[in-house]
Amino acid sequence: MTMVLETQSLTRQFDGRIVVDRLTITVEGGEVFGLLGPNGAGKTTTIKMLTTLLPPTSGSARVAGFDIVRQAGEVRRAIGYVPQLISADGMLTGYENLLIFAKLYDIPRRQRQSRIEEALALIGLSDVANRLVNQYSGGMIRRLEIAQSMLHQPRVLFLDEPTGGLDPIARKAVWDHLLQLRDRHGTTVVFTTHLMEEADAFCSRLAIMHGGKVVANDTPAALKASIEKPNATLDEVFIHYAGTVLEEGDDFRETARLRRAARRLG
Amino acid sequence: MRPQGYDAPPGASAKMTVPRPAQFLAALGAFVRKTLVVAELEVRKLRHDVTELFTRAVQPALWLLVFGEVFTRTHAIPTGDLPYLDFMAPGILAQSVLFIAIFYGIAVIWERDLGLVHKLIVSPTPRTALVLGKGLSAGIRALSQALVIYLLAALLGVRINWNPLALAEVLAAVLLGGACFSTLSLIIACLVKTRERFMGIGQLLTMPLFFASNAIYPVSMMPAWLRVLAYANPLTYQVDMMRALMLADGTSTFHLAVDFSVLGGATVVLVVLAGCLYPNVVR
Repeated sequence: MTMVLETQSLTRQFDGRIVVDRLTITVEGGEVFGLLGPNGAGKTTTIKMLTTLLPPTSGSARVAGFDIVRQAGEVRRAIGYVPQLISADGMLTGYENLLIFAKLYDIPRRQRQSRIEEALALIGLSDVANRLVNQYSGGMIRRLEIAQSMLHQPRVLFLDEPTGGLDPIARKAVWDHLLQLRDRHGTTVVFTTHLMEEADAFCSRLAIMHGGKVVANDTPAALKASIEKPNATLDEVFIHYAGTVLEEGDDFRETARLRRAARRLG
Repeated sequence: MRPQGYDAPPGASAKMTVPRPAQFLAALGAFVRKTLVVAELEVRKLRHDVTELFTRAVQPALWLLVFGEVFTRTHAIPTGDLPYLDFMAPGILAQSVLFIAIFYGIAVIWERDLGLVHKLIVSPTPRTALVLGKGLSAGIRALSQALVIYLLAALLGVRINWNPLALAEVLAAVLLGGACFSTLSLIIACLVKTRERFMGIGQLLTMPLFFASNAIYPVSMMPAWLRVLAYANPLTYQVDMMRALMLADGTSTFHLAVDFSVLGGATVVLVVLAGCLYPNVVR
């Protein structure tokens, strides 16, 4: 297995406040890697640094073999990204959303049509491809966004809370499609969540973040075995390592944004 | 085909030192292509909701029908041989482009509250292409107003230059003006980041830009201090070029080449600046 993602003491401060603190993790090719933690643990900031949206304050990281600061352009070509908030354009049809991104990612004209049709079929949206996305359900929007970020067959796909605001059935559909795409293209998946059962079910490995630090990093089974409690759940693992379940982190503005997005998704 | 640079070993990108002409041309080609894709994105959105185009045509119609009709009877403004209505029609065209473009940046604040900007910025698209593509689409929005203004002006008896070349040049001037002022608007949006502050600054900016220009009276009427502002105002040059191109008897005060250079130069500077600021909206 080859190393696809590697961070070295990756750190980010905002106005002197440390949000991500010396993060050092590695992810191998084909893994489904989960970043777990309560709101404000630094998950989104980590994803933003790894996707070149935010420069780190110190430390370094390589994604698909490229340095996220010095080779940001190469990193962008090698990754796909599904932000936490809605990123498909509601004023366009599903097909148009895919078409624009096929063009932005330089997918050759001859292949565009077949790739888009294949993607639509795979996520089960062929029938509604010509409908405006603002008429889609939350689960459909998420699936479209995943297809959009997979069109150029990235080596690493980053998803920030991919199932946030979705009901259990839509959540399952999103994961089914995600794993299908992963199996087909061998994409490495890195995602954040605060749902323990989701991490338990789908991660090959996970890192628990708390207060900007990684407090535990292993396979779900190894983590459960590591605490001295028979039949431990990941929730208990989390409490063991993080010492708490909930934490205030988001400010008013961020909360308002998330609720708005959740309302539109739900 | 897989994206380029896919299998490149780490460190293989040091090839970017001195761009050769061929590389420069390839980069320029990619820039133009991506700019057009971003403009296409905006135009496709517009196509799904065309009502906006009609509602926006009301304001210039009022300026021409009410303000223009009254002032053309006062003969208070020295416009040389041109009737006042002829003088102001190109000014109103330039003003419509300005009014559409100057509030365009608010769309970026909306998109930022969703995740649209994040996804665009993570794509391998030059930031300047993202910015210019949006700017171009503001110009395209303004084309519907140009059509309304031409029709109304013709009905009101303005002597219009129907030469296809002149029409094409007006089209270019509308696109350029739209790109220029919407990029200015984008820069403001990137700096203030909230709707409320943006609206305040937009309002604050519109009227000075409009009144400190030659849109509805000639610069020669102005006091010296205002004249300085008018000469520094890109809108003045846009009005000047439109006056020369739109009217059968129109002449340019500064010369068309000067007008296009000033407006084009201002657009380039603004696009580069906006390209630097744009990634900040997601941080």
